[in-house]
Amino acid sequence: MDRFSTHTGVAMPLRRSNVDTDQIIPAVYLKRVTRSGFEDGLFAAWRNDPSFVLNRPEYAEASVLVAGPDFGTGSSREHAVWALQNHGFRVVISSRFADIFRSNAGKAGLLAAQVDEKVVQRIWDHLDEHPGATVTVDLESRTLRAGDGPDAIEDSFDIDDYTRWRLLEGLDDVGITLSHADDIDAFEARRPSWKPATL
Amino acid sequence: MGKTLAEKIWDEHVVRSAEGEPDLLFIDLHLIHEVTSPQAFEGLRLAGRTVRRPDLTLATEDHNVPTLDWDKPIADPVSRTQVDALRANAAEFGVRLHSLGDVEQGIVHIIGPQLGLTQPGMTIVCGDSHTSTHGAFGAIAFGIGTSEVEHVLATQTLMQAKPKTMAVTVNGSLPPGVTAKDLVLSLIAHTGTGGGQGYIVEYRGEAIEELSMEARMTICNMSIEWGAKAGLIAPDQVTFDYVEGRPEAPKGAEWDAAVEHWRTLVTDEDAQYDKEIVLDASTMTPFVTWGTNPGQGVPLGGVVPDPGDLEDAGDVVAAERALEYMGLAAGTPMREIAVDTVFVGSCTNGRIEDLRAAAEVLKGRHVARDTRLLVVPGSVRVRLQAEDEGLDVVFKDAGGEWRGAGCSMCLGMNPDQLEPGERSASTSNRNFEGRQGKGGRTHLVSPLVAAATAVRGTLSSPADLSPVVEPLETPEA
Repeated sequence: MDRFSTHTGVAMPLRRSNVDTDQIIPAVYLKRVTRSGFEDGLFAAWRNDPSFVLNRPEYAEASVLVAGPDFGTGSSREHAVWALQNHGFRVVISSRFADIFRSNAGKAGLLAAQVDEKVVQRIWDHLDEHPGATVTVDLESRTLRAGDGPDAIEDSFDIDDYTRWRLLEGLDDVGITLSHADDIDAFEARRPSWKPATL
Repeated sequence: MGKTLAEKIWDEHVVRSAEGEPDLLFIDLHLIHEVTSPQAFEGLRLAGRTVRRPDLTLATEDHNVPTLDWDKPIADPVSRTQVDALRANAAEFGVRLHSLGDVEQGIVHIIGPQLGLTQPGMTIVCGDSHTSTHGAFGAIAFGIGTSEVEHVLATQTLMQAKPKTMAVTVNGSLPPGVTAKDLVLSLIAHTGTGGGQGYIVEYRGEAIEELSMEARMTICNMSIEWGAKAGLIAPDQVTFDYVEGRPEAPKGAEWDAAVEHWRTLVTDEDAQYDKEIVLDASTMTPFVTWGTNPGQGVPLGGVVPDPGDLEDAGDVVAAERALEYMGLAAGTPMREIAVDTVFVGSCTNGRIEDLRAAAEVLKGRHVARDTRLLVVPGSVRVRLQAEDEGLDVVFKDAGGEWRGAGCSMCLGMNPDQLEPGERSASTSNRNFEGRQGKGGRTHLVSPLVAAATAVRGTLSSPADLSPVVEPLETPEA
């Protein structure tokens, strides 16, 4: 997993609450055998509408998603996180995330930044006035920034310490466990010889 | 203070323990199938990692494989792609694979025990929730997600917070004609689908000790259906006799050393469970489900419940919705419910004893005119054993279909599915909406009830059938 410290990218407003993982990627798109290529299914039903925000040219390069409360509810499918990442998103900002989505995001390296609902509203308003504007997210200081001058938005976001540490270090769970490889080696050395093997 | 069985096995597998962190647990056996593993292997590939212990990993093809024409290429291109991916991954990473057509192929939870790979005191995981089956041998066995599959492939460990422990003590003996399936369905109706959440459950007591290994597997298999992390049973002589002599069981001095250790795998007398449930097996009867979760069950002699009689408001709403989906009216005697399809198979009830039980009922009888009987052995070995014993002839003579091994209609991922509105009596484990096919309606039953239901065409037990009239022997000249 790549280290995550700061990210500046085009922010896309998704003015909906309760965006469940079936909406993020419908089940019919889960049949791939790879972890990539799920961008086809991202918000598939909504994308049939030409006016859906993701279809607008100013958001073609968007990498920060700014969504309403209760983002990622429903099915535990990790494909929802993969679909967002495959499409190019690095950060999702919301006032409330479903637990499993938040956990899956942490495992896969997508930053789920939780902010006050008023902050989401201010960013949405800013993006309405300046379509294609960027938002900067700083994981080290847990802050985000949008706009310049007196109207600039600067605020903090929440993320748990353990996930923040893992993202900053670029460690996935496998990477963390492999840092304890000596412990695993030692354990393996004392396993009884009668334990079964498949090979 | 002493330890429970689950605590002993857990503690034996802790690689690393640190304050404020989950335990790092060593995994003795990692089972793999075609549906939940492809992204895990791709994850390894992208990170440039290998499978740490291919010698503790076993793969098979079971979830989406056809049970007809298994010697031909898989017709469904999506299923074929998943199976091809598993074959390529197994070859690339050096993992032993039992493919369709291989004599050791079968449902992952049936082939582990069959090969003797499932043994007491182990930690066993698989990207499948019915991994709890292996707990019948006195192992900690549970299902995991795709990210965790990748984690185990790369490290042979998992980060896990230690669960609480619960005892389910089943006193008395099961009456004749009442099976392990009836016992576990009764238990789940008692606890509800969330009653086991957060616990490793130990099944114990006279009724459990009297069960065969295969019946114990049926019980542990359905631990997940009442929310338990895992379910296990202390190993005893029944366990050792089942394991001894199997291809991957220890031999000679190794066997003796293993058994000596396995005998220590019992809950200490002064150990404390976090929770205990006590049931009486002697009052149990054949048990069937009426609703859309495994906790919605009643005795076969009962009636479809009236949602209005339920205490919990949430249960009332769930029951109303279930009855609507199932097309049932409150008060209908369960025995009057007609079924279209009877499915005998799955990791719950697809072993040889299950097929013998069903065949015993069907011998000399015929499936009802409007009912279809599908018998799917859990593994190729089970199929061959059944054919050796002539069980396939019994099923076919009765008008049933005899199929190849796999998960089949348990989850309807292959062509074996219910049509919308069709009703089944199924020896499988989940009666969820659409589980066996879009719009399909499932009643969970034991193999005995399944076979009797196939004969009468309505939910039945063998006691409901008229005796078989033996044809008169022609006197020999």
